[in-house]
Amino acid sequence: MTTQPHTLPTDASSSPSGVGGEGAARSSRRAWRSLRTSLPLVPFFAYVLVGLGVPTIVIVNLAFRNNQGHLSLQNIKAITSGGQYLLGFESSLKLAAVTAIVPAIFGTLLAYVVATSKFALLRRLVATASGVFANFGGVNLAFIFIATVGYTGLATSFLSHFGLNPWNHGFDLYRITGVELVYFYFQIPLMVLIITPAIGGLKESWREAAQNLGASSWKYWRYVGLPVLMPSVLGSTLLLFGSGLSAYATAEALTGGTIALTPIQIGAVLNGNVLANETNIGYALGFIMIVMMLISMVGYFFLQRRASRWLR
Amino acid sequence: MVTVTPGVIIEGDVPEVFVPESRHGLRHRIHVGRAIVLLIAGVYFLTPIYAALHFALENDQNHFSFSPLTSIPSQPGLGSAFWLSMRLAGVTMVVAMGLMVPTVVYMHLKVPKLKPLFETITLLPIVIPPIVLILGVLPSSPLWLKSSPYLLSLVYVILVMPFVYRSLAAGLGAIDLHTLVEASRSLGASWFRTLWSVVIPNLRSALLSATVLSLALVLGEYTMASLDGWQTIPVWIVATSQNDGHVTVAVAMLSLIATWVLLTLIVSLDRSQSRRTLKRKQS
Repeated sequence: MTTQPHTLPTDASSSPSGVGGEGAARSSRRAWRSLRTSLPLVPFFAYVLVGLGVPTIVIVNLAFRNNQGHLSLQNIKAITSGGQYLLGFESSLKLAAVTAIVPAIFGTLLAYVVATSKFALLRRLVATASGVFANFGGVNLAFIFIATVGYTGLATSFLSHFGLNPWNHGFDLYRITGVELVYFYFQIPLMVLIITPAIGGLKESWREAAQNLGASSWKYWRYVGLPVLMPSVLGSTLLLFGSGLSAYATAEALTGGTIALTPIQIGAVLNGNVLANETNIGYALGFIMIVMMLISMVGYFFLQRRASRWLR
Repeated sequence: MVTVTPGVIIEGDVPEVFVPESRHGLRHRIHVGRAIVLLIAGVYFLTPIYAALHFALENDQNHFSFSPLTSIPSQPGLGSAFWLSMRLAGVTMVVAMGLMVPTVVYMHLKVPKLKPLFETITLLPIVIPPIVLILGVLPSSPLWLKSSPYLLSLVYVILVMPFVYRSLAAGLGAIDLHTLVEASRSLGASWFRTLWSVVIPNLRSALLSATVLSLALVLGEYTMASLDGWQTIPVWIVATSQNDGHVTVAVAMLSLIATWVLLTLIVSLDRSQSRRTLKRKQS
């Protein structure tokens, strides 16, 4: 699957460098050259097309087919008309919102406290720890939390000495509150990782300028600090939203697939747990999910670009 | 704040909070606020680690014991799961690097105007999450491929693309690719030799960080492996969790420690690399 480097065009001038061309013969020669220039990129684009494009097309296509293979809105209607799949989307969106907004606020505070701390060791420790924890999703996280706040977990038995057993106060690790608590564990570090550069971009001279003009600390944050940080914070929140929406492994390992979240439901459909007259419902779920991810990621890129104005 | 030790800049530019000297009450409040944020973070992130370590070093009678750790190698099924994960990771890395390195180097050299396109394309795997991607991959793969575990490797190549591209682009941005390639070519080296003995050695640290990040992702991937029905390490962990919780948590902690060691390795390599670049620029 590798490109063959010795077939690369050896003439450096063959790159389409935008030299003004006149005449049909010349422009067709240029078209031929630019074709030859892009030839070595073909394996990569072909791989992306087959590995990412084709599966996406299959999902979109099958999402709009009924059991007989005819074009129809049957699957989408089955989801939006209520029942377990609509409930799944409601819980998934709520879970994604909670595990985006809370870690976004707390992650920003934490990143600010750490970035402005006098201790270089703390800064470095938090930077490495964020990298590790942000990558530490998956099934292992579920088991570590079961050992901690599971029914017989260490923190549970410690707290119940004080009569504060969380399980007696409405907490259940294997339901939505538990999944939220576990997701925070990789969402907060992810937020710290992506918001720290933006906090580093708050220039000391701005604060001094505000101070010299007579602004209080509150006024500095209200009119300078927050407006500059806001696009980054909102963009990062959308990224966290997408990450919480699409997570599967942790919730599956934690609840054994008993929780009504869209990714879990897609997994159940793939495992064959689906009504006979709804064979294509999984693709419709996947299609709606792609649309939601697309919206949040486009929002993220737009806000990131807006934010990068101040990060020079 | 810039900490300067002889000749080497260690930390980046981090502003310090400005607190007016005259308002001690406010200053005190801010200090308390900072302490509370750090305390909450400390308790939330360290308690599970402590609890899991405690749990992993306990036998069934809840007494301290190394038996969960020592019994890991003899667990039924772990050997074959480990071997399968390793093969999948190996194939993934070979295909991903073989595909991405020549392509991205060529793009940087000849068609740099395609950079935004590459950035967008390599971010698409984030838009289409693994659980949705596998939904589309299974019905569109031919049967011979579907019956092979290496289908997973081919899909993992897509998953690791964002990491590999980002590392490669950063690595290529830090070297003078044009000069290197021209020098090598004018000395008579073939394109293959230029790539293999000139460009790739200069991208060592970028390639290493791409490899480590991708390996962490591939070795921990549960979603696709479980839905495609192959028992890789994470799938094995979930399957075993019903038998012995202590062993499961011990394996989970081992994988956390392994991730920590690998990522610390990248960070320190990155740092030594940037120090070298800095020294070169200063001299």
